[in-house]
Amino acid sequence: MALLETHGLTARYGDFQALFGVDIALEPGETVAIIGANGAGKTTLMRSITGVLNNDAAQIRHRGVEIGHLQADTIMKRGIAMVPEGRRLFPSLTVEENLIIGGQHKGGRDLGDRIDSFLCRLLGGPDPMELAAGHDGSGYWSLDTVYDLFPILKERRHSPGTALSGGQQQMVAIGRALMSNPDILLCDEISLGLAPVVIKDIYQALPRIKENGASLIVVEQDIGQALKIADRVYCLMEGRVTLEGRPSEITRDDIHAAYFGETA
Amino acid sequence: MIWIDTIVQGILLGGLYALFAAGLSLVFGIMRLVNLAHGDLIVLGSYVILFVVSALGINPFLAAALAAPVMFLLGWVLQKLVLNRTLGEDILPPLLVTFGLSIVIQNGLLEGFSADSQRMSLGALETASVSLGPITMGVMPLMTFASAILVIVALNQLFYRTAIGRAFRATSDDATTASLMGIRPDRVFASATAIAMLVVTIAALYLGTRANFDPSIGPARLIYAFEAVIIGGLGSLWGTLIGGIIIGVAQTLGAAINPEWQILAGHVAFLIVLLVRPRGLFPKGA
Repeated sequence: MALLETHGLTARYGDFQALFGVDIALEPGETVAIIGANGAGKTTLMRSITGVLNNDAAQIRHRGVEIGHLQADTIMKRGIAMVPEGRRLFPSLTVEENLIIGGQHKGGRDLGDRIDSFLCRLLGGPDPMELAAGHDGSGYWSLDTVYDLFPILKERRHSPGTALSGGQQQMVAIGRALMSNPDILLCDEISLGLAPVVIKDIYQALPRIKENGASLIVVEQDIGQALKIADRVYCLMEGRVTLEGRPSEITRDDIHAAYFGETA
Repeated sequence: MIWIDTIVQGILLGGLYALFAAGLSLVFGIMRLVNLAHGDLIVLGSYVILFVVSALGINPFLAAALAAPVMFLLGWVLQKLVLNRTLGEDILPPLLVTFGLSIVIQNGLLEGFSADSQRMSLGALETASVSLGPITMGVMPLMTFASAILVIVALNQLFYRTAIGRAFRATSDDATTASLMGIRPDRVFASATAIAMLVVTIAALYLGTRANFDPSIGPARLIYAFEAVIIGGLGSLWGTLIGGIIIGVAQTLGAAINPEWQILAGHVAFLIVLLVRPRGLFPKGA
């Protein structure tokens, strides 16, 4: 059973359809790269998986459970964490608070969840939090291990998150996602707008993230970078998967065709 | 010396206005919701306390402690079932809905308690005072002011020292990204309004024990609260206290010159601050 799979995933923003029946799968321990041009639907795919966009329940499965209809917070509590495009740190929070908040609501049920569950059962409905069970958020990652992975963050821990350089902000965004000890980490364009030397630093952290129990889906515009780190690659074009394969098996021409829709 | 006394009385009055304003400021700061029913919710709080006082025959302070959980729950349900549905890109729905709520509360109170003005008695405490040289301060105004400071300290601690405070700030920054952190924004908003209603209960206690109240006085309290929040700068609770003090001092000074000028002087002070510092005295992020 795949850790995460989408079946005929569709997504739309009002009248505009962004995804047309996307099928992807992530096996435990794998790194999957999603490549594609601007507007191909990569970020929409991430937004669907994380529950920011809602879908039909059966279109996305996590550990065999249908999750397409769940809200973002429930999906996060199941162990799917996201490093959003543009980093999206909380400006009112310090670096350390940004990290802490990533693990603050992980796993289990907080008081609000219990109240919600109680009210829903009282009214005879299904328990909305039942599907969040099964992931307690414990594991390798904590403030200490995140600071060990990115030592510069410890030095800057009392600064506002947004006072950091782009690369350091990206480190905070990755650390923040790790704090919930996810079994799936989604990284949306983590190299966008960063200097090559910074990108290298950030990509060097990925093996250690994998070693400690997370499988990765990496959305990347930089095809070379994607092919280097991925076990498998999907290419999206105009909301459809146009290529799937292992980096060793696909050629430049395959990618060119899948990326631009031209036959080489 | 009479002037110093007048200014001190004004500062203490400012504590009451800061209490009116703190809940409004809290809710606006977290969810950008301008609650036009805030003044009426304070008046509703006073009636809830009055109801407990007359039903159980207990002291208003004790009654407020019993009313607080009721108001907390009311705030939670109100936000969860009604106000959350109005939040979005458009700022008009929350204004319309809370304006409607204001009318509903006023008429509900009119129906339930009549238009007669009410008063809760505190016995000897009402006239108790302490003297400091030439200045005499009422115990009740002093307690009001102390409560305002306590409320602001407590809210700041909540905001900057607790997990729920972190969730408040994160959700206020970016609700979508907050939901990726396992936070449910609608629940954060419900908690915020519930906490604001605890502050409303404290404001209601002093509103109802220091002067007469009737179902129609909510909107005027809202105006004072608004002015305090805006003078202080949106999002700053200590600024709100300063704003309350400025209105309070302006009112007592105005009244000392001519009793008819009390209310007017407060509004004029507000206008002057708006002219000089359109974003308030302590705007956030400036």
